[in-house]
Amino acid sequence: MRNPIRSEQAAFRLVWLTIGYFALIVIGAAIDRWLGLAVFILETAAVAWWFTTHSDREPPVMQSSGQGPAGRRLLVIANETVTGRELLAELRRQAGVGPTEVLVVSPALNSPLKHWVSDEDDARARATERLEVSLAGMRAIGIEARGEIGDGDPLQAIEDALRTFAPDELVISTHPEGRSNWLERGVVSGVRERFALPVTHVVVDLAAADPVAAASAAEPDQPA
Amino acid sequence: MSAHAETNPSYPQPHHGNANEHPPPIHYSSRINPVIVGIFLFIGSEIMLFGSFFTVYFFDRVVNGHVHPGSPWPPYIPGTHTQYERPWFLALINTCILVTSSFSMHWATTSAKRGNRAGLCSGMVLTLLLGTTFLLTQVIEYHRIGFNTSDTAFAGTFFGLTGLHAVHVFIGLTILLAMTVRSFRGHFSPEKHHGLEVGGIYWHFVDVMWIVVYVTVYLL
Repeated sequence: MRNPIRSEQAAFRLVWLTIGYFALIVIGAAIDRWLGLAVFILETAAVAWWFTTHSDREPPVMQSSGQGPAGRRLLVIANETVTGRELLAELRRQAGVGPTEVLVVSPALNSPLKHWVSDEDDARARATERLEVSLAGMRAIGIEARGEIGDGDPLQAIEDALRTFAPDELVISTHPEGRSNWLERGVVSGVRERFALPVTHVVVDLAAADPVAAASAAEPDQPA
Repeated sequence: MSAHAETNPSYPQPHHGNANEHPPPIHYSSRINPVIVGIFLFIGSEIMLFGSFFTVYFFDRVVNGHVHPGSPWPPYIPGTHTQYERPWFLALINTCILVTSSFSMHWATTSAKRGNRAGLCSGMVLTLLLGTTFLLTQVIEYHRIGFNTSDTAFAGTFFGLTGLHAVHVFIGLTILLAMTVRSFRGHFSPEKHHGLEVGGIYWHFVDVMWIVVYVTVYLL
């Protein structure tokens, strides 16, 4: 939700909106008490509707294109599937085109309750472990990569990463349809709508690759 | 070829020595900006504070209608058939004064952003004077209103709500005074005027609360 008093100018605007809001109520009440109540209800509903439909966050700060001497830059968003073979294969394919710099962001998935009580240590520890394994795998196939732990919300994690890293392309890795919480929540389509960057969606089937790994990956609260 | 995991550089990191000597690095979700949380906590606390006073006011109003069916609002002065008189016109003038002070505050802030120091200082002085005028007018209103806090529940809630707002105005004036002094000392520039911005937000907030109080207590 946008903060209505995020700046002096916004607060000044709020003064005028408040005057208009109450002026209509007073005029309505002066004509008839019930009309005043109706105006109050209508105005309040309108304000609630506005906040609901215009509650989009501030647009992300986009970096300039990362194309330069360092070559292409890829931003990879993956959590449990960050160690998947399909993801490594895709990165290897992209790296084969030319010099490629990769930033892997692994959202620290957490349960809503733990998120709201700021109990994120375990979630971050699990994400860090997976990230280390993934980066080791990339190192083994010669991909220049570094990693970060991101926000539990993958869209927010991407937005945060975009403030410091200017990718040419986004790579999102998820479980297959039916087992992926991210797909169920429409994360991939949300990323395509929100960010003006090419998006590659990689489906990683951990169950097919390693049943043991798949079983351990199923433990966290929100399978990605 | 370099591959390594690192934590987000925006999170505070231990600077030196043995890692065991330091607490673990603080990390928080960037989805919840601490500044936003702070402002929302402030607004939330203010809503609860004013909300409790408004609840008492409306409770009194509803109960009055049930205990004395058909009795008007404001209620009769005990022992008479004369209603309490709310000085709505004087309060309307006071409202205009406070709204004007919001204008001058905005002018001051805009001037600071444009590097207009004369406009900044003039705007701050004008805002300070208008705010002081508002407060003095309210003191005069209290002096001449003809009832006191201990008279009835209506009188108590009237003074409670308007007095609570007056306290906010007083705090706002204290902040404005500091901002005015800083303006004359040249502390604000187009690049650095955060103190002005925050004080301005508070002053506009006080203005918004007065509009709510005025409409509720004096008009409806």
